[in-house]
Amino acid sequence: MKIDLHKPILEKNDALAADLRRRFAEHHVYVVDLLASPGSGKTSTILATIDALRDEFNIAVIEGDIASSVDAEKIKAQGIPAVQINTGGACHLESAMLKRAVDVLDLARLDLIIVENVGNLVCPTDFDLGENAKVMILSVPEGDDKPLKYPGVFQVSDAVILNKVDTMPVFDFDRDAFESAVRDLNPKAPIFPIAATKGQGVEEWASWLAERVREA
Amino acid sequence: MHEMGIISGVLDAVNASAADAGAERVLAVNLRVGRMTEAIEDALHFAFEALSEGTLSEGAELVIQMVEPRSLCLACGNEFDHDRFHRICPACGSYETSLVAGRELEIASIEVDLPDDDEQE
Repeated sequence: MKIDLHKPILEKNDALAADLRRRFAEHHVYVVDLLASPGSGKTSTILATIDALRDEFNIAVIEGDIASSVDAEKIKAQGIPAVQINTGGACHLESAMLKRAVDVLDLARLDLIIVENVGNLVCPTDFDLGENAKVMILSVPEGDDKPLKYPGVFQVSDAVILNKVDTMPVFDFDRDAFESAVRDLNPKAPIFPIAATKGQGVEEWASWLAERVREA
Repeated sequence: MHEMGIISGVLDAVNASAADAGAERVLAVNLRVGRMTEAIEDALHFAFEALSEGTLSEGAELVIQMVEPRSLCLACGNEFDHDRFHRICPACGSYETSLVAGRELEIASIEVDLPDDDEQE
């Protein structure tokens, strides 16, 4: 006998993500989910973003890592609440994991939550977390061909940060090729070239984000 | 390698539906998977074989229908097929396009063996 199901495979994840999205909206909290490879400068980008926006907004950070809490410690050292999620081997965050972290935070007091997903350009793309935007970070040393190798993450992202642009002269990075590949994949996403540790270019990215946080 | 997680979700839903229907075993599971997702066909088959062991779905055939990407141009209304890499409208060149197909992760249907099926034969 044939049984028609027409059931989304990630139904449980998506339902929980929808609940989170409602909670975020109710408290006017904007949530941005950062996707990137290990070592691309996610934490440095978060620190630079905090620096740029902390005067205007109350910010919290949720750190997703397979193990350790080194990233959360760096954030807390800046006086910003940070919750560490250890996925224990899982290659991406799911909404059930995010919910446990969100439950620890006082949403009523927050304007912006920055989620640092597990360092991975593949798996996190298929999971809705209830976030307002997914933003990906690619760093120059990773190479200009990444949009061709990992199209999925470039497609689901609402904006693309190109980090470590100060190293461009050292690496043979073709910025025109990179930007045109990103535009083919995701014509609407703005590209923000930054050097997070130098504070270079951060202003433009931060003002793009700030505009959205104010509307949340 | 998130296919394990995807398939464990599939098996939860499939085994529950099969049990609800009073099935003795699942013969086939039909999935629709969009080409724009990061789910790899081979890895899905591998995960299915590994995780279905000892469940109603053990030995069932996993049939995966890959769904090709399609987008709608928000500027000129043209709907067009495309590959994973190009989403600019071929008719008017606009960047303002919206994906209408290609991100599916869906259990379309299942085939089950009911005790009654044998009696009818």
